[in-house]
Amino acid sequence: MRFAFTDDQLAFAEAVRDLLANECSPSAVREAWSYGRSDGRVPGLWERLAEMGVVGMLAPEGTDGMGMSDVDLVRIVYEAGRAALPDPLAAVAAVAVPTIRDHVESSDAELWLGRIARGEVTIGLGLRPNAAVVGAEVAAAFLLEADDGLHLVDADVVKLSHRESVDGSRRLAVVRWNPSPATLLSGGEDAVRQAHDRAAVATAAELCGLADTMLEMTVGYVAERRQFGVPIGSFQALKHHLADALLAVEFAKPLVWRAAYSLTHADPDASLHASMAKAAASDAARVVGAQALQCHGAIAYTVEYDLHLWLKRTWALVAQDGDGPYHRRRIAEALAL
Amino acid sequence: MDLTWTPAEQAFRAEAREWLEANVPRPALPSGDTEEGFALHLEWEHQLHDARWAVVSWPSEYGGRGASLWEWLIFEEEYYRVGAPQRVTQNGIFLLAPTIFEFGTQRQQDHYLPRMSAAQDLWCQGWSEPNAGSDLAGLTSKAVRDDAAGGWRLTGQKTWTTRGAFCTHLFGLFRTDPDSTRHHGLTYLMVPLDAEGVTVRGFGRLDGDEGFAEVFFEDAFVPDGDVDLEAGGVLGEVGQGWGVAMATTSSERGLTLRSPGRFQAAASRLLQLQRQRGGDLDDPTLRDAVVQAWMDAEAYSLYTLADVTGMVEGRSPGFRSSLNKIFWSELDVRLHEAAIRLQRGEAEWVTDGDGIENPWLKGYQFSLSGPIYAGTNEIQRNIVAERVLGLPRK
Repeated sequence: MRFAFTDDQLAFAEAVRDLLANECSPSAVREAWSYGRSDGRVPGLWERLAEMGVVGMLAPEGTDGMGMSDVDLVRIVYEAGRAALPDPLAAVAAVAVPTIRDHVESSDAELWLGRIARGEVTIGLGLRPNAAVVGAEVAAAFLLEADDGLHLVDADVVKLSHRESVDGSRRLAVVRWNPSPATLLSGGEDAVRQAHDRAAVATAAELCGLADTMLEMTVGYVAERRQFGVPIGSFQALKHHLADALLAVEFAKPLVWRAAYSLTHADPDASLHASMAKAAASDAARVVGAQALQCHGAIAYTVEYDLHLWLKRTWALVAQDGDGPYHRRRIAEALAL
Repeated sequence: MDLTWTPAEQAFRAEAREWLEANVPRPALPSGDTEEGFALHLEWEHQLHDARWAVVSWPSEYGGRGASLWEWLIFEEEYYRVGAPQRVTQNGIFLLAPTIFEFGTQRQQDHYLPRMSAAQDLWCQGWSEPNAGSDLAGLTSKAVRDDAAGGWRLTGQKTWTTRGAFCTHLFGLFRTDPDSTRHHGLTYLMVPLDAEGVTVRGFGRLDGDEGFAEVFFEDAFVPDGDVDLEAGGVLGEVGQGWGVAMATTSSERGLTLRSPGRFQAAASRLLQLQRQRGGDLDDPTLRDAVVQAWMDAEAYSLYTLADVTGMVEGRSPGFRSSLNKIFWSELDVRLHEAAIRLQRGEAEWVTDGDGIENPWLKGYQFSLSGPIYAGTNEIQRNIVAERVLGLPRK
């Protein structure tokens, strides 16, 4: 028994954190909101992440990947959440890559995985229950769910209908397409289930990262901000709000890390564990976001202050891939309640 | 990351399970916080001790098996899974013993620990006073120096002492420096409750059991250090009681008092109750609350695995133990609330038609004490905010 990341995993995460601290600053995230000037991504960053091996972590080494596991990756996706990385790391690295690896015929898979791992292309992910695809405009292909399973579909045969997100860096589109046997992946229901589980766990990890940053921003602010002659962080009401926020995220993380372990080891309860992870992380991030806004006060109710960038991403991801009630219903069914 | 158990750990689990399943009393014992129930629980403690399951993590010379922290967790899981009795010895073995291991002299360890594991000496905790609860450092019970007799004369009152009316000994904090204030000048003393000048009066708790006591000291004598072990003594240095006591506090807040096994066992009984009773209920939020409570128990278990991994590798949880205490105590309340909601009108029944105690009502009332004892959760939230998050104290 050892429930912790290895030193190597932590060192890699630290390296990604350093890269993102430099290249994905709050102003870079803000810049990704600019319609017309930006495609909702941080220029040049995806290539840097690909060079580090992050994008192709789960791709086999023969396809320019690193042949690593969901546990290795989950800590990196958490870092992406911390930095509010606008690029679709969770969708591409944690879901599209392993799905193509496991369920696309080998020569096609090699081609796709190599291009993805080298950072040349991204994949748009259209899984239920989500209503739209993030980063649809720049995707070279789409991994889409239909009644008969997952399909890998070229971008030039789909129609995009754009939607504006509350998070301006999320370039959404509803994707219209015609499923055909030619685009259907192998694996049937298992492939769909695994993709759902991976998406839920990755989004949960991102939410934990978002929550940690919002909490850190708030702790920093309330220690500086003075009212009534003292830092507002000395008031017990705020202390208790922020203790509750920490409690929520610290008891969500173990469920997220365990779910990644279960994915890695194809545990029979992996779907149950993925649902627990997403339910807990969604609720934790929602609580942390609400407390962060309230404890900041009026300053955070502005678009000049950075908190809203994290808060709006949180709102979007709380619901993405199923929110708390959605996953608790799945858990209830799995437990025969 | 490796979430599997070694063959040796699996064998340990199998051995514990086999013994517990063969020996756990059926039907369940009445509450150990009543005079009759306590006596029956003592018999159970003696049975545990004879089979060397009373204190698995202690060295064998004190009645244990030298089990690892992992094996201790496994034992606790099995203990609660099978529905074994509450541990009426817990305030000794889980709160005092870690302090004796850390601060006791060899003589004190050799005397007290075997008697504790054999449930010969039964310890209660003497911290709270009528005017010192959350504000423990405001305590006023004092120990006055008696040079001629070579010891201390205790006066004052302790209260809300769990099972004080049934225990034989008390460990507690007393002010030995009359000029001191707050957490200075306190000393950690151990006192037999049959000493002259000690009076114990039991009183009823919220749940109706006589589980509380107040303990009065009128010139009761405690000898110095470890010179007369039968008559009590000083644990750690005179005047350093606060630091000695804090070692116990972190045991109580964190892992050792409330291992995940008990919550997982209760959560799995809650799932059974939902399956039996949930179907015909018209409250759609109830199933959600049941799932949430079960998930919380799982989360606490996983959090503990991470905590123990850290401990095994030499990283102390420190003030993060306050996070544990808030989480397990509030999850216990949520879990029992869900259960009594499922029981609806029958939730108020103390016993059923066959006279069998309603375990959910009992458990619910007990759970309500969790956010209060071992430092209220308001105090724990202050500790989390100041010591873990680093918010300004003033």
